Formats: sequence, C-alpha cells, structure tokens
Amino acid sequence: MSHRNSLTELAIGLRAKKFSSVELVRAYLQRIETSQPALNAFISVTGTQALEAAAAADRDLAAGRGGALAGVPIAHKDLFCTAGVRTTCGSRMLDNFVSPYDATVVAKLKAAGAVTLGKLNMDEFAMGSSNETSYFGPVRNPWNPDFVPGGSSGGSAAAVAARLVPGATATDTGGSIRQPAALCGITGIKPTYGRVSRYGMIAFASSLDQGGVLTTSAADAALMLREMAGFDPNDSTSVDTPVPDYVAALDAPLAGVKIGLIKEFVDEGLDRENERRIREALAVLERMGATLREVSLPNLPLSVPAYYVVAPAECSSNLARYDGVRFGHRCKEPRDLLDLYRRSRGEGFGSEVKRRIMTGTYVLSAGYYDAYYLKAQRVRQLIAADFKRAFGEVDVLVGPTSPTAAFRIGAKTADPITMYLNDIYTIGANLAGLPALSVPCGFVDGLPVGLQIVGPHFAEARILNVAHRYQLETDWHRKTPERFA
Amino acid sequence: MTQTEPRNDWETVIGLEIHAQLATRSKIFSGASTAYGAPPNAQASLIDLGFPGVLPVLNGEAVRMAVRFGLAIGARIARHSVFARKNYFYPDLPKGYQISQYELPVVAQGTLDIVLDDGSTKRIGITRAHLEEDAGKSLHEGLGKLTGVDLNRAGTPLIEIVSEPDMRSAKEAVAYMKKVHTLVRYLEICDGNMQEGSFRCDANVSVRRRGSDKLGTRAEIKNINSFRFVEKAIQYEVARQIELIESGGKVVQETRLYDPDKGETRSMRTKEEANDYRYFPDPDLLPLALDEAFIEGVRKSLPELPDEKAARFSSQYGLSPYDAGVLTASRELADYYEEVVRAVPREPKLAANWVMGELAAVLNKDNLEIGSGKMPAARLAGLLTRIADQTISGKIAKEVFEGMWAGGESADAIIESKGLKQITDTGAIERAIEEVMAKNPGQLADYRAGKDKLFGFFVGQVMKATQGKANPAQLNELLKKKLPG
Repeated sequence: MSHRNSLTELAIGLRAKKFSSVELVRAYLQRIETSQPALNAFISVTGTQALEAAAAADRDLAAGRGGALAGVPIAHKDLFCTAGVRTTCGSRMLDNFVSPYDATVVAKLKAAGAVTLGKLNMDEFAMGSSNETSYFGPVRNPWNPDFVPGGSSGGSAAAVAARLVPGATATDTGGSIRQPAALCGITGIKPTYGRVSRYGMIAFASSLDQGGVLTTSAADAALMLREMAGFDPNDSTSVDTPVPDYVAALDAPLAGVKIGLIKEFVDEGLDRENERRIREALAVLERMGATLREVSLPNLPLSVPAYYVVAPAECSSNLARYDGVRFGHRCKEPRDLLDLYRRSRGEGFGSEVKRRIMTGTYVLSAGYYDAYYLKAQRVRQLIAADFKRAFGEVDVLVGPTSPTAAFRIGAKTADPITMYLNDIYTIGANLAGLPALSVPCGFVDGLPVGLQIVGPHFAEARILNVAHRYQLETDWHRKTPERFA
Repeated sequence: MTQTEPRNDWETVIGLEIHAQLATRSKIFSGASTAYGAPPNAQASLIDLGFPGVLPVLNGEAVRMAVRFGLAIGARIARHSVFARKNYFYPDLPKGYQISQYELPVVAQGTLDIVLDDGSTKRIGITRAHLEEDAGKSLHEGLGKLTGVDLNRAGTPLIEIVSEPDMRSAKEAVAYMKKVHTLVRYLEICDGNMQEGSFRCDANVSVRRRGSDKLGTRAEIKNINSFRFVEKAIQYEVARQIELIESGGKVVQETRLYDPDKGETRSMRTKEEANDYRYFPDPDLLPLALDEAFIEGVRKSLPELPDEKAARFSSQYGLSPYDAGVLTASRELADYYEEVVRAVPREPKLAANWVMGELAAVLNKDNLEIGSGKMPAARLAGLLTRIADQTISGKIAKEVFEGMWAGGESADAIIESKGLKQITDTGAIERAIEEVMAKNPGQLADYRAGKDKLFGFFVGQVMKATQGKANPAQLNELLKKKLPG
C-alpha cells in the first residue's frame, strides 16, 4: 500500500483487507502535513474526523459491508458544504462559516464509504484560473513551486498531483476542473450540466457550475464520478436519468470511434510545443483505430466574451446573500444598514470577486441587459448549436485544454483579460452544458499539458472510455512530481 | 383637503396589484411550514435563510393554485413561464433577490366583473397574475436601537394579481378588491386574512382632465391591508393630486405609503430613487412547463364560481340579483343558505330574509363568522319551518330566534316551553275579540261611526290579550266580520 497506488487499487486493497483505512488515512494525513508549507493545497485538514470515519469504514469492511469507496481517502474543494466543518469558498467572507449541512455530493461520497481528509484551497468563490485569488494564499504547482497550479480548483489539482489524496472533488464553471488538471498533469472531468447535484455546492454561476472529480487516471475518475452523480430532488436543474456504470464502460475498443479536432482551438494563442503534444496524443488515438478529422465550430471563439457576461451576471446575484446579516463576515460596529452592507462586503470579498460582481451588475442593468446579457445568451445558443452539429459528424471532440502549460505565480495577475484567456478552450463546454475532461498528454519545458475530450450530453462513459484507452497506451498520467514521488 | 369623490371635471384612474398569499402548507421553494404565528425564525429553513449552497425547488401545489385562479378569471394559462430574480438588498430578503415571474407569468389576460352602485356591471381587465415568494419581516419593537429580522414569512407563496387601469373611483377599486377576495376564498387558494397580511394590495392612482385620453402621472400606494384603507387612501391621494395640479404643481412618479392613523399618504421614494431590479431568469429553476392534461385536471376541479352561483341562486330560488350577490359573497354563506333551503324548500325567500337579516345582524353584533357553529343551518331551518306551517307568526319568530341565539335551544323547545304556539282556533280568537269589544265600547262606537283607523287599535288589543299568538290573518278576517256589528 502506498500513495503510488491509484484510487481504484486502494479501494480494491481495502476490500481485500490488505491494509486498513486507518493506516491509509494516517499515511495520507502525514503527507498532507509535510507538504502543506510548500503547496498550501488545503484550507482545512480534518484529521480527527477522518480517523474516526476511517475506523468506521474498517468496521464496515470487516463486516463485509461498505460502499464502493469504503475507506478510500478523498478531499473536497472548499465550496462543497460539509456539516460541522468550516466551508470557506476561499474567501474571507466565509472564513468563519461552519456549514450546518452536507452538500449532496459530500453525502453521496460519504454514503459510498469515502473518508474526507479535509477541504481544499481554491480561487475565491471559484473565480480565477490560477488559484491566486484565494484569501488563504496561492496554491503552488507540485511540478514547480514558482508556478501556478491553475484554477479555480487549484488545491484539488495540486493535492492529487502531489499524491496527498488519490481523488478530490472539484467544480468547473469555465474550466476550473480541466485547466488545473492539465497544468498539474492529472485527469479531471466536468460532467454534463445536471449530472451531478449542485445542492450544497456554493454557487458562482448557477447555469454553468458543475461538480466533478480530479484523479490521477480516467479509471479512477469513472469510479468516483459514478458514486457522486445522479438525480437530486433538491436540485431542480439536476437531470433524472440513470447513471451508467462508467467503470464497466471503460474498456470498449476505440476502433471506429470518430474523433473531431476542433479547428478553432488550434489558433495563434496555442503554444506550438503544446500543439505538438496534442497532435502526438491524437496519433496515439488513431493508432488504436479511432478516425480523426478536423471539425469547425465557427462561433466557439465568442465563448470567452459570452462567458464573461453570463457568469458575472449570475455571480452578482448569487453573491448578494453575503450581506453580513445571517452568516459570514460582518464588519465591526456598523453605523447603519448601508454601512453594514458596504463594509461587510467591502472587507469580505477580494478584488477579483468585486470585479465580477460589478461587471455582472452592469450587464444586468436597465438599458444594458439586452445589449449584454441577452446577446450573450444568444451567443450561447449559437455555440450549443455548433456543438450539436459537430456531434452529428463525430463521437467526441478533442483539442488542447489550455493554451500553455502553467505560468509563474504573479505573471498574469495584473491583467485580468490575459488571465481570462486561459479558459478560452474550456468555456465552450460549460456554455453548452457538455461533459468534458482533460488527460495529461506530455510536457512542455518540464510542465505538464493536457488533452481535452468533449462529448455529447450525458456521454461521460464515452469520453472516459477514450481517455482510459489512451492511458492504457501512455504513461503521462503515471508521472509524479519528483519531490512527491 | 377634502376626502370625497373628485369633482366632475377630473377623472380618476386606478389599477391594483393584489398580493394573495397562497394557502399551501409549505413554502414555495422549501419544505418549511407556512403556518402563521410561530416564534420568529422557527419556520425558516436553510433555503428560506438563503444559506450558501442551497437551491429552490418549486412547490407544485402553488402552481396548481395559480392555475385555478387563472382559469377562474378566464385567463390564458402559460404553457411555458419563467421564474426570474428581482435583485435588491434588504435584511428581510435573505438571498438579496426575490424569486418572482417577470417577462413570462403563469397567468395572463383575464377579467372580473364588478357590480357598481347603480346595479350595472363593469368588466375589469386583469393583465397578469404571477407566482412569487414573499419576503420576511423586520422587527423594530423591543430591540432598542437594533432591528430584528423574522424570516418565517420569507418564501411564503404569493400570487400577484395585476389589474388594468380600469377603475374610475375608490368605490370601484374596493368593489374589485372585494371581488378578488371572494374569488380566492371560493377557490380555496387563499385564506383572505387581511390582518395577517394574507391579502393586501398596492394601488396605482392617477388623475386626468375628463375627456383626456392620456394617462396622468401615477403614484403607487404600497401595502394597503384593508378595504376601508384602500378606499380612504385612494380618496386622499386623488384629492392630493388634483389640488397639486390645480395649484400649478406636477404629480411625480413615486411610491407612497398610506398612514391609517393620520389618514394620509406620504412619499416613500421617487422614481429616481427607485431600484434597478436587474431582473433575469433564475438559473436555479427550470422554466415552468404545463401540459394540457394538467390544466384540464385543474379546470375539472374548479368549484362553482361566485358569479355562476349568484346567477343560479336568482333563477333557482327566485332571489333578486342583490340578494343573490350577498348570499354568494362567500362560499360558507352560500353553503349555509342552501342547507337552510334544503330543509324548507318552499321558502327560499323567507330563508334569504332570515339569513341576511336576523342572522347577519347577530353575527355582526357578536363579531362571529357564519361558520362559527353558533347557529347551525338545521336549527335556523327548524324556526323557519314553524313560521311556514303557521305555528308561530313572524313577530313571535323574532322572539324565538333571540332565545335560540342566547340559549342554543331549538325553536320547538322554546315555542313549547314559553307557550308561544300561535292560536289558530277560531273560537278562541272570537272570544278574545268579544272581550276586547266589551272592554272598549267608546272606540267600538267611534269605529262604527266611520273611524276606520281604529281597526288597527283592535288588532293590537287582541294581540296583546293573546300575547301575540293570535294568527294575524285569521284575526283580521274575524275582526272585519265582528266589528261592524
């Protein structure tokens, strides 16, 4: 037993009683403690509760009970509400917030037997692409601590990449699972919008947010996602269709699978070395019998501007509840109501969150709504239509996950537009509500890059299958940063 | 300033927005109870409190009730309607937005007929009726300088019923409001309790020179919670606007509050200070889709409506339109009346007179509702039966009724114990007449000399002698025979 085992191997080993959950959890807690100063991946570590849960899982396993993840350690992005545990969303606003309830995702993973080790660092309210907007400080990339891990699920990605947990939950509003997966050299899947419950997942942009997982391999992602997906009556936007066994579908051969390379993604913004890694990956898929063609989605380049209207609009409304009245940060000695609002929010939110609240307030304002919000929604429909047309021709679409490998901490913080362009290849899937994942496909200057695979609605099994077959042929996903090997 | 109807050269234009609380057991987007009167915040769930991560789930019963209303006013029921967020900050609005319907309401374009003073009917247009959630309440008493927030009411389902500006006087506005009040209680979608705020309205009031086809600038009087206040507030506001214009001023578009203690309206905020609510579709809720089967199911469940019932009462029981209107003003009253009529089927008019007369008077005096049970329909019918079969006269019946109201006994028991049975024995009446004639020789002589008016004197004397029990018709006949000699 070691951190070098995959999540699937650990689940099997636990069931075979080769080792106990308590032993496993102790070992991981040790790794978390050691790495925390270097990576800052965690906001809260819940060691005591974890060891209790591990002991309970061991009892279940001993009695032949327990779910598919019985005793397996995981950690949650700190925007999933966890009962009795601080849930900060990476913000000073919720620094003191202890959730009174479990998010549906948290409850489902608990029911499957998973043991939570703690809460993972993230960009404040999931707004960011580098994990530099966190009130709890930036997370560092395990491949090189001077570089960002990507964001907003930077803590989740760094923790999995450094083998501090075998799997972590994350969320993706415009690329927040896939981009950090690419930049940290791991596997991350954002399911179809509505596949995973959003109940208890603190909202950034409700029509785009979707929970998913970060793991080292597609097989592990399939297992973990299977346990957390499904209809939830508490989430009106969750979809009531059965969850297929993603694990069982992993091995299907790729012969005859039609793959489309998104033409618009091979643009001037794409790093040439990165492009080479993508083309090499596609060659691997072709060797396995997949057919490759180029597909054009002409409206896709509009996704960044459309996204930066829709997402801030929703966020400006979603974040109105943080007013210092019922929970969260409250300023000291408010003079009156307006002062309470102004200072509580002024002190509680960081600058990127404020920027988006202001942008969102502006685009929804009387006289601007039609020109911005409504137009962005129309663009969104055009992009969705482009994808639909493309999926009439191919089974899955592929392209790079991000234009470049990880960048240096501080390199892009001065210019929000440069930062936003990091998500240029990932946002489309959110706008169209499609499942998409990123798998590691090599390195550029010693830093990992990712191949993105997008499928039609509810085709998680298909994109996981393509990713898994790719990982059977390659070992990029087995590469581990040296100091965490 | 006078508070009467405006002078003839001015025309008043009024539109009402009525908020009716729907009588669902749980809230519109959470499972918390809607019962009135619980300790502050005892009925506020995490959803009502707007906690991080929670999501709304629409209460199907609220939708059914809104559709009932729509069908009852002959409106168009939207097959596709949308919930939107109305964004503004206030402590009693936990999420920082109210979920309402904006561009696409569930009910549009209905009508209601009201009866005017001259007996004619007028059709009032209802622009729309939409579903929304209520806000909580701010508490100022007993907290020193602080303000408390009670969120028990937050999330209570409301239907907002918006009329066309079709009303031309305060009286018409009250008649319309009463009509809606009657209707929602018939439909059992609202308890109509105005003291508890279950039924309240905003009045949009403007004036213009008679003959002008252009609407004047309107003021909106907010949150009026009694029929009397609606009338007074509108009268005051109309007088204020006319006086303002006549003295060279201009009405500004603003929101005003009615102060019932001072009997005046005063400015709350002007248009310039008005919020920009930044409405946009709520991404947490799917559009509301209603199919034909659902709508037809609701249609089939509708009760007989007030206008239909009044028309039936007129034709079936031979009542005047006025009486039919009074008796159908509430479902309880109409049901009571019909239960009485079933017991005395030949006397619908007598039943109407008693229900609207004696019974209404004592109920009103003791401040009781028809459903209080103090005078069950069967018991009143017992009294009317004795009038109909001439056991007692109408006059004696009033005495019996008083006894029934005070002691709760049946009519027969009181007639028996007090010996009030009418004398229909001709011999007994004749004997009484002869005694009276013998005692009053002077009056008898005068009568016989042509003083016809004295007939009444003899009726009275015989009635007195028989303690009012002589059958009046028989008495008349016998007196006419005997007095002339």
